[in-house]
Amino acid sequence: MADNEKIKVSIDGIPVEVDPGTTILNAARKIGGDIVPPAMCYYSKLEGSGGKCRTCLVKVSKGSEKDPRPMPKLVASCRTTVMDGMEVQNITSNEVIEARKGVVEMLLINHPLDCPICDQAGECHLQDLGFEHGAVSTRYEFERRTFDKIDIGDKIQLHMTRCILCYRCVFTADQLTNQRVHGILGRGDAAEISTYIEKAIDNDFSGNVIDVCPVGALTDRTFRFKNRVWFTKPVEAHRDCPTCSGKVTLWYKGEEVLRVTARKDQYGEVEEFICNTCRFEKKHTADWAIEGPRAVAHTSVISSNHYENLKPLQVIKENPTLKEANKYQFERSVRL
Amino acid sequence: MARKLLLEHINVPQINTLAVYREKGGYRAVEKAIKNMSPEDVVEEVKKSGLRGRGGAGFPTGMKWSFLAKPEGVPRYLVCNADESEPGTFKDRYLMTHIPHALIEGMIVSSYALGAKTSYIYVRGEMMPQIRILERAIEEAKAAGFLGKNILGSGYDLELYVQPGGGAYICGEETALLESLEGKRGNPRIKPPFPAIAGLYNCPTVVNNVESIAAVVPILNIGAEEYAKIGIERSTGTKLISASGNINKPGVYEIELGVPVEEFIYSDEYCGGIANGKRLKAVVAGGSSVPILPANLILKTAKGDNRLMTYESLADGGFATGTMLGSGGFVVFDEDQCIVRNTWNFTRFYHHESCGQCSPCREGTGWMEKVLHRLEHGHGNLSDMDLLVDVSKKIEGNTICPLGDAAAWPVASAIRHFRDEFEWHVTHGEESQTGNYGLAHYADPLEPVI
Ligand SMILES: Cc1cc2nc3c(=O)[nH]c(=O)nc-3n(C[C@H](O)[C@H](O)[C@H](O)COP(=O)(O)O)c2cc1C
Ligand code: SF4
Ligand code: FES
Repeated sequence: MADNEKIKVSIDGIPVEVDPGTTILNAARKIGGDIVPPAMCYYSKLEGSGGKCRTCLVKVSKGSEKDPRPMPKLVASCRTTVMDGMEVQNITSNEVIEARKGVVEMLLINHPLDCPICDQAGECHLQDLGFEHGAVSTRYEFERRTFDKIDIGDKIQLHMTRCILCYRCVFTADQLTNQRVHGILGRGDAAEISTYIEKAIDNDFSGNVIDVCPVGALTDRTFRFKNRVWFTKPVEAHRDCPTCSGKVTLWYKGEEVLRVTARKDQYGEVEEFICNTCRFEKKHTADWAIEGPRAVAHTSVISSNHYENLKPLQVIKENPTLKEANKYQFERSVRL
Repeated sequence: MARKLLLEHINVPQINTLAVYREKGGYRAVEKAIKNMSPEDVVEEVKKSGLRGRGGAGFPTGMKWSFLAKPEGVPRYLVCNADESEPGTFKDRYLMTHIPHALIEGMIVSSYALGAKTSYIYVRGEMMPQIRILERAIEEAKAAGFLGKNILGSGYDLELYVQPGGGAYICGEETALLESLEGKRGNPRIKPPFPAIAGLYNCPTVVNNVESIAAVVPILNIGAEEYAKIGIERSTGTKLISASGNINKPGVYEIELGVPVEEFIYSDEYCGGIANGKRLKAVVAGGSSVPILPANLILKTAKGDNRLMTYESLADGGFATGTMLGSGGFVVFDEDQCIVRNTWNFTRFYHHESCGQCSPCREGTGWMEKVLHRLEHGHGNLSDMDLLVDVSKKIEGNTICPLGDAAAWPVASAIRHFRDEFEWHVTHGEESQTGNYGLAHYADPLEPVI
């Protein structure tokens, strides 16, 4: 097969053509929408990531044109490359949905569920995952695992109790920074992210571990408890930074910049990693050239307070009594 | 007397030394292979012998060898898996302790067959004495010209190293073993790529169990055809079985594959029957990972045939009524043993040994352990059994490495075959703390001995 030839695959019956070597997950992302498997550990910008959390499991009902046998087990779509003629089932397979429900349950049994006091709430992938793919309640009746909080330097806090061991921060520390001081200690459910005896990650890009963390295990100490993310407004801005691209999202509350993060795409992955100076030191509007509001998925709670597309709910329109009661609102929405 | 190929000279004094080992015909296979055979011939011989991996999965060794990629200018490695840590399995340690040269000789001929110039024996970290024994044996072999540069004047060079393991069961999983050997944390790798393509230091690598490698020596000595005559169907040759539990003669036995399970348990040549005149309750036939079977199903298949010690016969009936030969860790339970307690114990092991990469295994093993702990101590609920089966299903097949399956199978099979005993622990919580449920309906189908 010539190098530039595309591979044809179908995911939940939707055909797509991708380059050889593409993973099932990325092929699904090319299609987009509901059929994209959730990914808690895979991170396209981090080499070697993925394969661990098992939320992206899918069923390969046809291996390829050449070898049409189905794969015997569910596979991690983030680490399985497509073959020509492959047929994949994600949300059309009960087996996948059941297995995923199991994975979500497993991820949650030892999670503290302390969302009300967690900085990540509102932009937490585990919340989204639980909401979209989880069961209504848990069957777990035992004490949950806990760890002490650890400060990693004066800017980052590690709250291991919330960690889902996706290894993203380990890869980040390994691949973005020169000096590797970040790894995993211990085994099984006693495994913990370690900075080798609390040694501060002392380099320019360490703050990125906060952005790659899908949960609230690594948080920004300069933002801790300052506000709920859904009360802040994301604004795109840039500055001329000698170390990184300087392209960031500023999170405003009123006039004040509460937090600076990298810009994240629809899968929660940063577009470009940013340096610690941009993240921790530049918290004044004057430091930045403002570009405009950052579009946030309308399903996210972050956009819920921004009234950009206020539309009365469908049910109200269909109920004459409610319609009458909400007359003013309707007129307003038409005016708008 | 059954034929012995690996343990024939086990009782010869000082068989652990090169001199005595050679007196008994040792290193003939090296001479034969290096002087008279091409590497391909050796691979062909092993293929013809029908030898299947003795580390647990039973994958045909010759076939594994022929999958090894051979790109130009890239080294290839042979790595011997001597991390033996499966509860119930202790055959590799026995072989290495008493006849270390059997493994060294096997490593030389296997490395020659694969074109490996550097080979490693990764030994479980706790086995310090065996590590020393192997190192001494390597020194002896080197001094005699069987290792090092230009072996027996053939131009073939081989360096053999012993690497102490990282002290974790998971380091026995072949890709975790390779990570550990490279000096990293022993986490299993995500496959593909398989070691045959990208293994140790990203180079093509074969990982084989101690016994698989040692078996290559008799295969070359007696010839593949002769070897394949031993055993039944696709279970050829002899196999080391580590027998333990409530039997009269626990120990390591070399059997010809195909021995009936009943004969293995009751004959004086092997286990010598159940100890203290008790009756058989259950058997874990291949190490803690394989499904446990009650007495009636281990002695006869569901179809009523005699169950034999072969890969096929033990697996007869699938997981519904069968099990696996696994690594040959044969654990026998008599009527006084508590299946709930044993299942808890096994699960505690897997919980402790999970590497923690995949969420189902990391969290599920701990969850199952907690539920089993509660059941064992008489505080369980009747719904716990369904919960356990469901959790085990959520782990099985959904993980990176087979440790997840290995943790799920013992639980699922114990509940499949011994559900009434689990229920009794719930309904008779207090009684279960002092008494025992006994044999019940899966009673030993044989006549009592007395
Ligand atoms: C958790 C786990 C532990 C294992 N431990 C061992 C071991 O201690 N010794 C061994 O030979 N194989 C072990 N295996 C099997 C190896 O992965 C591999 O299949 C084997 O070494 C291949 O050798 P063989 O083909 O000669 O059997 C283990 C597998 C798993 C999943
Ligand atoms: S199945 Fe368990 S032991 Fe194997 S890689 Fe996953 S977490 Fe580690
Ligand atoms: S995203 Fe694929 S396993 Fe985690």
